[in-house]
Amino acid sequence: MSLAREVWLVAGKDLRVEARSRVTLNQVLPFGAVVLLLFAFALDPDRGLLSEVAPGLFWVAVLLAAVLAVSRSFAVEAEHGAIDGLRLSGLDGASVFLGKTLAIAVQLLLLELVLGIGVVVFYDTAVRSVAVLVLAGVAATVGIAATGTLFGVLAAGLRTRETLVPLLLLPIVAPVMLGATRAFEAGLDGVPSEAWPWVQLLALFAVLYLGVGVLAFGSLLEDA
Amino acid sequence: MRLRAAVCLLGRFPALAGTDLDVHEREVLLLSGPNGAGKTTLLRLLAGLVRLRSGKAEVLGVDLARDRRSHRRRLGFMGHDTLCYDDLTVRENLRFATRSAGATAATADDVLTRVGLEEQADVAHQRLSAGQCRRLSLAVALSRSPDLLLLDEPHAGLDPAGRSMLDSVISEAPSAGTTVIVASHETERVRSLADREVRIVGGRAERAVLERPSVDSAPSAEGGP
Repeated sequence: MSLAREVWLVAGKDLRVEARSRVTLNQVLPFGAVVLLLFAFALDPDRGLLSEVAPGLFWVAVLLAAVLAVSRSFAVEAEHGAIDGLRLSGLDGASVFLGKTLAIAVQLLLLELVLGIGVVVFYDTAVRSVAVLVLAGVAATVGIAATGTLFGVLAAGLRTRETLVPLLLLPIVAPVMLGATRAFEAGLDGVPSEAWPWVQLLALFAVLYLGVGVLAFGSLLEDA
Repeated sequence: MRLRAAVCLLGRFPALAGTDLDVHEREVLLLSGPNGAGKTTLLRLLAGLVRLRSGKAEVLGVDLARDRRSHRRRLGFMGHDTLCYDDLTVRENLRFATRSAGATAATADDVLTRVGLEEQADVAHQRLSAGQCRRLSLAVALSRSPDLLLLDEPHAGLDPAGRSMLDSVISEAPSAGTTVIVASHETERVRSLADREVRIVGGRAERAVLERPSVDSAPSAEGGP
């Protein structure tokens, strides 16, 4: 079987599991929305400030929701020894990594779309350069999903994985949050030229972690 | 398949403490022994799911000290868990297993019928009874037409019809070219199907009954005459 078919097999399986369980829809999405609302309540006296810091708040909400999505992705594998099934499947480690990354990225992109609408509505934010936001969003999401999948499998076999995943993941993806926030600020301000260096940084980060994951995930899965 | 002085650790505990074992092609081998003897660890070692710490282990021509992965598509493993996903149906779980092994969806449907789960094909895994989960676990193991079938307490939780079906699977496997290793406490039942019995005690293969035991000379449930 080709790499692409194996990737799609794993991603399709994960997305089907999420579509049935609706954990992303019923828990992760509301969690992200609650985080956005809490920021709105905390900064309510100054709506100007809220609009100004909207990109940063948006990406903090996305990152916290991503931690849940990653934990969920590997909690599913821990039930009924499914991770053993994945290892016995004969699928290449790189395929499993890319498939799980793709599934998490799809969920996060949907989440970002909804949260983005929430930011526009609740934070009174004007969007001027959609293309920048889309490019930066996709690059940042792939980076977060790839990093999350890598650290998710690292913690998969541990009883402490729920607390370990955020501890490992959040510091590593801090550069993504920084780059995505700056790119979004430029996109919202309608100054795409200021966004491109950050989009390039996000793309570099995504490629770097995709590469590390493709090389390392198989070995990490064996010891999970 | 050959093990020599094979050692596996679970944490610091030597679950296998220097096991020697030979298994021949198309053989049905019973692994007996008390709880905690190392039967499950031995099966997991053969499946490449646990690391060989020292010694030698060769399975289906693959040296497990160097490569724990490449033989997996040629083996079926029925462990204590189903290795399946709660939110997927029986058919979806089985199709994922067959497709990932490079087999077709038709194979999955054939196996479903063989283990008697065709009526539950569209039922989610989380709604299956314990016995149906065991049947699904067997179906997953069979779905890749394995050269080596590893069964860990396969009769546990099955109803009489399921046990008969499983007995048929085990007894017919050698004629299809499959080697079967069964770890079981239901020794009397499996002895009637097995060519040989090896008793595992304290992480070592203690004794081998080299010839197929007849009913009269069958070892006791404790492991041997």
